[in-house]
Amino acid sequence: MDTAAVEVVDLVKRYGATTAVTGLTFSARRGAVTALLGPNGAGKTSTIEVCEGFRRADGGRVRVLGLDPVADAAALKPRVGVMPQSGGVPTGARAAEWLRLLASFHARPIEPRLLLERLGLTSVATTPFRRLSGGQQQRLSLACAVVGRPELVFLDEPTAGLDPQARMATWDLVTALRGAGVAVILTTHHMEEAERLADHVVVIDRGAVAAEGTPAELTGGRREVCFSTDAAVDTGRLEAVLPAGSRVGSQGAADGRREYTITTDDPDALDPEFLAAVTAWCASTGVLAEDLRMRRRTLEDVFLQLTGRELREQ
Amino acid sequence: MTEHTSTASARATAPAAGGDDVSLFTPAPGAAPMWRMVASQAGMELRVMLRHGEQFLLTMVIPVLLLVGFSLTSVLDVGEGPRVDALTPGVLALAVMSTSFTGLAIGTGFERRYGVLKRLGATPLSRFGLLAAKTLAVLGVQTIQVVVLCAVALALGWSPSLAPGSVLAAAVLVLLATAAFSSLALLMAGTLRAEATLAGANLVYVLMLGLGGVLFPTSSFPGPLEQAASVLPITALSSGLRAALAEGSLPGLGAFAVLAVWALVCGLLASRFFRWD
Repeated sequence: MDTAAVEVVDLVKRYGATTAVTGLTFSARRGAVTALLGPNGAGKTSTIEVCEGFRRADGGRVRVLGLDPVADAAALKPRVGVMPQSGGVPTGARAAEWLRLLASFHARPIEPRLLLERLGLTSVATTPFRRLSGGQQQRLSLACAVVGRPELVFLDEPTAGLDPQARMATWDLVTALRGAGVAVILTTHHMEEAERLADHVVVIDRGAVAAEGTPAELTGGRREVCFSTDAAVDTGRLEAVLPAGSRVGSQGAADGRREYTITTDDPDALDPEFLAAVTAWCASTGVLAEDLRMRRRTLEDVFLQLTGRELREQ
Repeated sequence: MTEHTSTASARATAPAAGGDDVSLFTPAPGAAPMWRMVASQAGMELRVMLRHGEQFLLTMVIPVLLLVGFSLTSVLDVGEGPRVDALTPGVLALAVMSTSFTGLAIGTGFERRYGVLKRLGATPLSRFGLLAAKTLAVLGVQTIQVVVLCAVALALGWSPSLAPGSVLAAAVLVLLATAAFSSLALLMAGTLRAEATLAGANLVYVLMLGLGGVLFPTSSFPGPLEQAASVLPITALSSGLRAALAEGSLPGLGAFAVLAVWALVCGLLASRFFRWD
């Protein structure tokens, strides 16, 4: 049990001229939830599909439960559960029928009826896959990933497009898997999902790891100062009166206002005096700072700072 | 064996997984025996095929309608003798083709498109197991077709003229043809887009229906066309079945050879070029 659930070192994956994954390294512990977090196109699915043995790596080394996902595929398949981003079920197959089929491939499966109940699919047990709602299809796919009592499950965007109740049911299942000692690797672009579920978060951007750690480590208990105003703010001058290493960022808000965010590399610099310096500068330049606050940073803030990109899709 | 250890990180959701959950999800991986996987998969394939409306039309309704329609009316010149005797072997050949070629190609093409083949590739069911299951399902549907069509034909007064060994010869022809048509189906489904497979498989079905001696022997065609048609798998099957079941003779080796070559060539191409996703 001392090998990692998944170990990826310097993974490279190319599609023709594009390089989707450019030297990615991370490892996932057994019995823990690891979230690969990043925008679409970041390389999350490519990474997970190499781990699942669907795609061959163009470089680097990948070990799943200590084995090679391609060469040792036959040994790994009974031990690993997979939930693809979409599809994977014949449109004419009925929900319970398909789950029972996947259960029959395993030696000691979970009773399909219990899983259907738990994921709220009992009422659609005899409904063909194509007639299920998107959320029901997702949950059936999740049930199929865990029905064989795997040691490790890969969930690719498990809650994409789910309504809040279905999302809660999925989160609850992931938590239960972790409690039972199953290693879970999931991809997501939902901050909240990563913060609530993951023991370990790997932030991926442009095919490489931008940062990793526990949610608490990533946000680092860091704070930042925010305010909004319709007055003109010379960010360079504001930075000049603050301790070295302070940065003032801005983005447009409603009604021609702008939202300003002050961050610093030194977490200890954001003390009461810092706040006083900001308000004093605002007073001296006639800037009325509305919604002025000092707050703890979220994973989303970390992500934006790391990548300068909006996390949400579209 | 599982003890809860909570991490230092503050977790917003902490519905303590109950003991039931722990026993429910505690890892206990393992593959089922191969025969059980293949049997379940074959059962699933069979049910999906039989439930599919258009496939049922293609594999059951059309052959039965052709057999009944052309047996009871004289719109089609089928030559000497009772009409049902002349028609039944060709309609059986058509039924075999509709399942092992058209139905299999379209079904597999869409399974590939919807990621079903890829998803099954992540289960303990091996590729060999999946192919075995598909083969069993095709043979299962064909058994139902043969039983239904023979029953309908007998009800219409069919009296096959059988030579010693002709039923065995017919069965071997059907198996060889199934291998040839299935290989061609998998070659198309595994290399073309699903829509192209759908269009192509229907086109080939119609062409083979017209050119392949299904409803009347290709000997009524002009010379060059007859020769061209004679190398089609459907012609080999329908002429072979006609020899075995209507003419009371054993099919020539040519029919077996044509089907074997199609099976071999398409099988090799399919195993070389088939894409699972």
